[in-house]
Formats: sequence, C-alpha cells, structure tokens
Amino acid sequence: MRLTCPHCGERDLREFAYKGDALALSRPEANAELQAWHEYLHIRDNPAGPTRELWYHTPCGSWMVAERDTATHAVHRTMTPAEATK
Amino acid sequence: MRIATGGLIDREKPIRFTFDGKPVTGFAGDTVASALLANDILLMGRSFKYHRPRGPVTAGSDEPNALVTVGEGAEARPNTRATCQEIYDGLTVTSQNRWPSLRFDAMAVNDLLSPFLAAGFYYKTFMWPRAFWEKLYEPIIRRAAGLGALSGQPDPDRSEKAFAHCDLLVIGAGPAGLAAALTAAEAGADVILATEDTRPGGRLLSETVTLGDQTGREWADRMAARLAAMGNVRVMARTTVTGVYDSGTYGALERVAEHVMPGEAPPTCFWRLVARQAILATGALERPIAFPMNDRPGILSAAATRTYLNRYAVSPGARVAVFGNNDDAHRTATDLAAAGVTVAALIDTREDATSDGAWPFYPGAEVIETQGRLRLEGLTIRKPGGTLRIGADALAVAGGWNPALHLTCHMNGRPVWQEDIAAFVPTANAIPGLTPCGAALGTFSTAGCLEDGRRAAEAALDALGHSPKPIDLPDAEDTPYSPPATWAVTAPGRAWLDLQNDVTTKDVHLAARENFRSVEHMKRYTTQGMATDQGKGSNVTALAILADATGRTIPETGTTTFRPPYVPVPISSMGAGHAGKGFAPERFTTSHEASTARAAPMIEAGLWYRPSYFPVHGEKTWRESCDREVRMVRECVGVSDVSTLGKIDIQGPGAAEFLDLVYTGTFSTLKEGRIRYGLMLREDGHVMDDGTTARLGPQHYLMTTTTAAAGPVMAHLEFVAQGLRPDLDVKLTSVTDHWAQFAVAGPRARDLLNSLLEEEVTDDAVPFMSCWLATVSGVPVRLYRISFSGERGYEIAVPARYGAALWRLLVAQAESLGGGAYGIEALNVLRIEKGFITHAEIHGRTTAYDIGMQAMMSKTKDFIGKAAAARPGLTESTRERLVGLRPRDPANMPLPGGFLFTKGETPSRANAQGYVTSACWSPTLETHLALGFLASGPERMGETLRFTDHLRNRDFEVTVTDPVAFDQDGGRMRG
Ligand SMILES: [Zn+2]
Repeated sequence: MRLTCPHCGERDLREFAYKGDALALSRPEANAELQAWHEYLHIRDNPAGPTRELWYHTPCGSWMVAERDTATHAVHRTMTPAEATK
Repeated sequence: MRIATGGLIDREKPIRFTFDGKPVTGFAGDTVASALLANDILLMGRSFKYHRPRGPVTAGSDEPNALVTVGEGAEARPNTRATCQEIYDGLTVTSQNRWPSLRFDAMAVNDLLSPFLAAGFYYKTFMWPRAFWEKLYEPIIRRAAGLGALSGQPDPDRSEKAFAHCDLLVIGAGPAGLAAALTAAEAGADVILATEDTRPGGRLLSETVTLGDQTGREWADRMAARLAAMGNVRVMARTTVTGVYDSGTYGALERVAEHVMPGEAPPTCFWRLVARQAILATGALERPIAFPMNDRPGILSAAATRTYLNRYAVSPGARVAVFGNNDDAHRTATDLAAAGVTVAALIDTREDATSDGAWPFYPGAEVIETQGRLRLEGLTIRKPGGTLRIGADALAVAGGWNPALHLTCHMNGRPVWQEDIAAFVPTANAIPGLTPCGAALGTFSTAGCLEDGRRAAEAALDALGHSPKPIDLPDAEDTPYSPPATWAVTAPGRAWLDLQNDVTTKDVHLAARENFRSVEHMKRYTTQGMATDQGKGSNVTALAILADATGRTIPETGTTTFRPPYVPVPISSMGAGHAGKGFAPERFTTSHEASTARAAPMIEAGLWYRPSYFPVHGEKTWRESCDREVRMVRECVGVSDVSTLGKIDIQGPGAAEFLDLVYTGTFSTLKEGRIRYGLMLREDGHVMDDGTTARLGPQHYLMTTTTAAAGPVMAHLEFVAQGLRPDLDVKLTSVTDHWAQFAVAGPRARDLLNSLLEEEVTDDAVPFMSCWLATVSGVPVRLYRISFSGERGYEIAVPARYGAALWRLLVAQAESLGGGAYGIEALNVLRIEKGFITHAEIHGRTTAYDIGMQAMMSKTKDFIGKAAAARPGLTESTRERLVGLRPRDPANMPLPGGFLFTKGETPSRANAQGYVTSACWSPTLETHLALGFLASGPERMGETLRFTDHLRNRDFEVTVTDPVAFDQDGGRMRG
C-alpha cells in the first residue's frame, strides 16, 4: 500500500504509522460534558467502506488524514490535518 | 536420454555436479531435472505421506515432486525444485524425505498402510488422549512425513532486498508479455519486464512454432535484445512476481546467484516493485488427468515433455506414450517422433480424433492402469473393443490448460469459469491497474497471445496517458483450442491429484461423503493443494471431482483461489538485512568508547546502549561497583552520560501557549533562563511522560523526555501542533542526537564545574532549576542546574562532536576530586532513594493523582488529559497510589512484580492491595528500598504489609513509607 504524505509525496506504507480515526482531530471544548469526552476518547465506528483515518509519516513527522476505503483498500485522498478540519 | 542435436543447451560446456554423492554431467543451460533425465535418472524424490517414488512431472516452478536440497552447510536450500535449479560446476544435489536411500526408503511401508491412512486419518485417530498427541503421535508423524530439513545453522543473511518503480510492470515474457512490453516501451513508458525463466520467451522456448519467418526462439531472442537496448526498459530474468499488494505494489523474488557457486553475490533479492499499471502475461499451466497409478516416475505433463525435448534436448524415455484430450497430445507425439524418439502410442480420449502420424493411435481411449516401480514400464489402456497393454518407459499427459491467474486472486478476486475452455479465467478488474492477457486470460494460440499482449499494453498506455505507436507483430499459428473437460478416468485403483501431499480422487470422494462439500473444507480435510506447490497443477481437477461427487456444476461447487506467495519465498529473502544488527540497530553515545574501555558492561535502553557501572580493580560483583558509585555521588561527585534522554527544541511565537497545552503545568510564566519539571498526560488522563523543560529565550524552549518515550512524545507533540492547534506558530525539532549531555552530581559538583568553566559558577547566579550558557575550552556549552540524584546537580550539554572529549575531561576532573563516572545502576539507586519516578512507575495505567502529583495539574487552564483525568474513578482515594516500601529485615529485597497484601489475608491475586515497581539496595540508608503502588497508599504510612512474590518465592513483611526515603526536604539538591 502507498500513501501520499502532504510534505514528502507518495511513499511506501512501511514509512507510516496508523493512528486511528480522524475523529481525534475534533477535540471537545475543555468544559464539554463527560459524555462528549467519552465519545471522543473511546467510541469508534468500524466500517467496511469509506473511512477518514489519521496517519503519521515517521521520517518527516507529518500527520495527515487519509480518506480510504477499508473494503477495497483504495486511498482516495490524503491531506494535512489543517486541510481536513477546515 | 539426451537427443543428439538441438535444444538451448551449450554442448561445448559440460557441467559436472553430484546427485546423492554420485557425479552427473550435464550441459550449460540444463536444469537439475533436465540433466538427471538426460542421464536416465527419473527417480528424484519421495512423496510426503506415503513415501512413494516420484520423478518430475513439470519443467517449471509448479513442480510438486522433484524437490531436492541444493548446496551444503548453512547455505543449503531444502525443497528446491529440480525443474528450476540451473546446474553449475561443483553443485551438490541431495534427495529428500527418504531413508536410508532414495531407491530404498524404509518409510515406504506407509504406502502399504495407505488403506488406513486416507484423508482425515490423522484427525480421526490422534485426537485422544491429549498428552499422547504432543509426546507420541506428533513426533512420529513429523518424522514419517516431511520434506527437506534446514541445516540448523544460523542463516548467513546474504540475500538482499530492493525497490524499483515503473510505469508498467509486465509479468511474464512469453509472446503476450513480449508484445505488451514492446508496445509500451515503443510508446515511451518506463517498463519492467519480469520473467521467472532464465531468459525471455516463455513457451516459445519449448515449442516448435514459427513467428513469421523465424522460429519462436529466434523471435524471442530478437525481441529481448531489442528491449534490452532501450533505455526505458528493464528486463528482470530469474524474477518471479510472488504477490500483489495495494496501490500497485508487487513482491518479486529474483534468484540473483542461485545458479552459480555461492560467492560474493547475494543468493536472492526480494523486490518491491511499484507500478502505475501492470500486465499479467503469466501464461498457463498444463493440468493432469487423474488415472490409476498416474504417479510413477516417467509420467509427466505433455507440455513438460516438449520443454525437455525442444529446450533441453532430453527425452524422458526411449519409448514414450502420449495420452490426452486435446491436440497438444498430437503436437507432443510429432515433436517426439521428430527427435527420433519412439512414440509407443498416442491415446486420445476423443472418439472422433484423427492422426496421420507413424505411431499406434487409439482414439476414444483412456489409460486405466500403469506398471513399474521406480520407473514406468508400461500402461494399460481401455479402448473401444477392450483393453490393451502397452510397453512404454515414459508417458506424456495432456489434460488441457489452466490459466496462471494466481496473482489476480491476491486481493480477493475470485476467478470465473469459462465453459468453452473448461477452465477458470481471471475475473475482470480483480486487481486495480492489472490487465491480464494471453494464456493467463484463456487465449491459447500464439497469434492470439501476441495480439492480446498488444491490446493489454494499449489499455495500460491509455491509463498512463501515453499514446501507443504502431508495432508490427509477426504471423503465427492461430489454432482453435476447445478441449473436452477430462478430469479423471473411471477405473479401479488410486488416482493421484496432489502428488506432493498424496491426495487421491478417493480422498476427495471421501470428503464429499463425510459432508465436507465446500471446497475450502475438502481442501483442509484432504490437504489437497496445501503443499509447497499450492496445488498449481491439481486444484482445479480436485474441484471438478468434488463437483462430480456432490452432483453440482463446477461454478456451483466453488472457485479456486490463491494467496501470496506464488512460489515459496525464503524468509531470509523477505527479511534480508533484518537479522542481528539489521533487526535492532545500535545507538551509541559519545562516551561509548570510553565506557567500554573501562570495561563497563553495556545495557540496552531501547536501541541505545548505556553503561551499567564502571568496575574498579578488586570489585567482584556489580553491587560492589554500584554501591561505591552511589556513595561517590552522595559524598563527592559523579559524572554520568544522560545523552539518551530525548531533547526537543521548541520555537516560535506560539511555543509558550503550546507547552501550556501539552503539560499539566504552566510554562508560559516560566522566566528565561529557568527550568521547570513538566508532567505530560495522554488525552485519557493517564501519565504519558515527564521531564524538565528550560526556557532558553522568549520564544525558545528545550524539552527533555525520558529515553524510552522520546519518539512517542515527539509524535504526540507533532499531533498537537499539526492536528489540534495548527493556528499556533510553533516548530518542533528533535535534537537528541545533536547534543551530548552529562550529569555532574554530588556535593563537589560545583567545584568540578568551576575547574572547567571560564566563568565561575555561584549559587546566586545559578540557583536550582536555572540554565545558562558558558564556555569550556573555548567551546560554548549549555548548563542546566537540575538533579535526578537528589544531590547538587548540573547537566552540561555540548554539540555531539565534542561529547567524547568533554566526557574524558569531566571524568578526569571528577577523579582528581575523588569522584568518577557512574552508570545507570547507581543512577537508579539514587533516584529510588529520592522517590523519583521512571517508566517503571508511569507505566501507562497511572494518573497524576496516583503518583502524588495532582497538585501539578493546573486548575486555571486547559491541558491535554485534563478533562479525562477528572473522571470519577480516576480520582478516588482507594486507587493504588505511589508509596515507598521498606522491608522489616533490611536484607530482604521486595522485587518488582511482587504483590502487597494486608497482614493476615491470604496472598491470592483477589486480595492484592498493590505491587512493587522498583527496588534496590540503598548503600546510603543500608537497607533495601522499594517503590510501589498501594490501595489508599498515602493514607497507610507506617502500616506493615505482607510482600509476596509467587514466582520467585519471596514472602516477608514490609513497612509503608513516604516515597522519598532520603533528604525529604530536598536541601541537598537545592543547595
Ligand atoms: Zn513526510
């Protein structure tokens, strides 16, 4: 599998670390309800299909969001976290 | 036997090798199999289960029988296919799975027991009792059933791995692959043409076809030369594409130097080929027909027979019979006769077949029995009007073709049944970007393959955005191919399917009777297709027989599928370069050489190596050295290399606000030149790491992390910076390797510094937790007044290139003061005496509250982990919290991992009140000391507990104390 680092370009999978759902970018407000924090920390879907995932490109330290299909393994798009949360 | 003329062998170059110790001569261009056949040696192996004598049935990588061990010693390669191994002078080849010899194998008694050893026998017989399985049955079965053995010596790890990238990867170099490669190369695409064979050509090297006015071999050679001359083409011979992975990544095994005497070159290279488009031109594999006793040495595929004949100038026998259901049988008879070999009979299952050859011809006939033991002697056929015995020493079988579609299954693509050719073909778009063509797609004529290769290349070029240029393809045979589906001959006797695993048609019928009707169940019950050849020849036939046995059509019964790798890949190739130091690289500090020169035992800390202690003359145990080093620091001065701690340089207008978010404490208020201890939580409220951070300038901080967490903390900080606060202008740089850093600790630490620094250090100018710049021997250094020992302490950092020199200087000065170097054993004792935590305590399940640092969590600002740390359950006083522990008898050591129990309670896991995380002998306090976690710990000071370590049989009493055992008010380090 190959992923495109927003900083370095397309690279082999083994340079990347999978870091879970891109939901982690949507940190609740500090004073949010405990339920919101619980969902942010623990609740994740496990879809067979399109997902938004966080990946870390170890050599350069870039985090990125990949739009990927878990059923076909197709990577549709990668972008910086800033682009993803615009 | 060798044919007098012809073949792609070099008769000027005889090659001498040995087979089971006996000398054999072949020619350059021969494989082990062809050279042995040339010497009338057909018996090359024994089958896995029944130890039946076997010879080669193929001439390629799909060979199930002729597996041999090549070479000797650590580099010996068991289970090497004799049909692929090229011969070279000095090669040693040894047969396998036989004892005492290949001709007489004692375990062949299994074959007599075969009525009892049918499919499922092991499952049914060796189920009970359980203890017998491990101790009795399995060792016996393993000895009886087996393939080649490994040498037992460490692998020399001489193979390599490599990456290559291209526009188009063409897999296979027969007529379709060559036409595809040429079309794409002429259009300007970057092309890799990979062929498993030693040279391009595919079946053209084995057949007597003509292309235009050239022979197939001449055309293939010309195409190969033309491609090799083009700058945008890379022809990779001896390279098998073994697997397909996501995003156009292909695994490939190149046999770099397995065809020459082991020397400098790596035996193999495992490639990761990355291709924007790919073409599957892997051809097809001829399939067998299952007839009784179809496994004798001398019975082989008709396609392989033509390969041996036309490519290697070898005939498997002097009187060869041919049996088939399609015109390939006739082609084989023609080629045999042309080579001067006697065609004993041509047996065609088709009643309407005709033949005008000068050989006995039997249309509408089948082979129903064969004779011979160590090689074929004759066969019995059933023909219209009765049976007939035919003398023959070899039998070529043409059962039709299965497209070599294996790679199209690697991403879950399921092949589809194509009735007119009675074969599975690749399903459309099974692999994104991979276009099958030629025989791999079910096109079997030479003209069809050429045209199909061009078509596939044009489609790939279109996807790549290249425009194809017209290329000329020669005229070639365009014979229609539509064989009847002939799977098995109905006659009494054992008809073999999977030759390596000894699976017969009866086993498949038995599986069906026992309701293993799914092809996946049948496969596992019978072990069909589970040998090293992965059922390349026999899987489709077994599926067809299962369909017949269960009264279903083939598509109704299921489909065949394949997983990577297409051929066995040595682990030493896939993991090339990853043994030993390649598996775990070593990181050395700048003091490494000086430490080892002092005979300091080095201990791993992640990839780093750190000195345990520095023994001096007369010390017999590590404890003596450690105790001395601890006293040295407490009483005088010690020097320790702390360069392995992570160092992260943080700069930018947003640096202060950033640190406030990642640390529980506030760093925006930290003054320049000052240092603060920081606690970092995970977002779930548990402690991630701790360390000190110095403010070097208004927008410039330097963070230290623990050695173990340097990488994870860096990734975490990048996440916060890039993912949570991209609005903050902050830059993070790991500078761990850039700075060598040494701790100078002890009452005389300041004296030591003042002996080196050009500017004198005073406590007024540099109080505890401050940092400043200074100069040593003209080199600017950074100084931090911090302490991990509890003594007056400084850490001095220099650019790494000065590290070795500064270390020598510091140790020399320390020794002149009566101190010296100390290692991490002493460092650990010093910190336990002081109750300082490490990752033994912040092990991922402890909160700030658990380690007694709840006061460090700011109430006035947000920080990572703040909300979650406040969750009910993470703040209850009954949690296991950090305490110090002191044994009632100072000689007892409460070992980390042992548990704590309330006195009088049974020491069982359910009653555990806590556990020990760190322990040491304290030479300062002359007792063992420990740190640990205890339910409601801080509220139980002075309580006596029972310490029990069930694993190491320790059981004694300990007293709960404050974690800080020495200098509780910290006066020594604050100075
Ligand atoms: Zn990158």
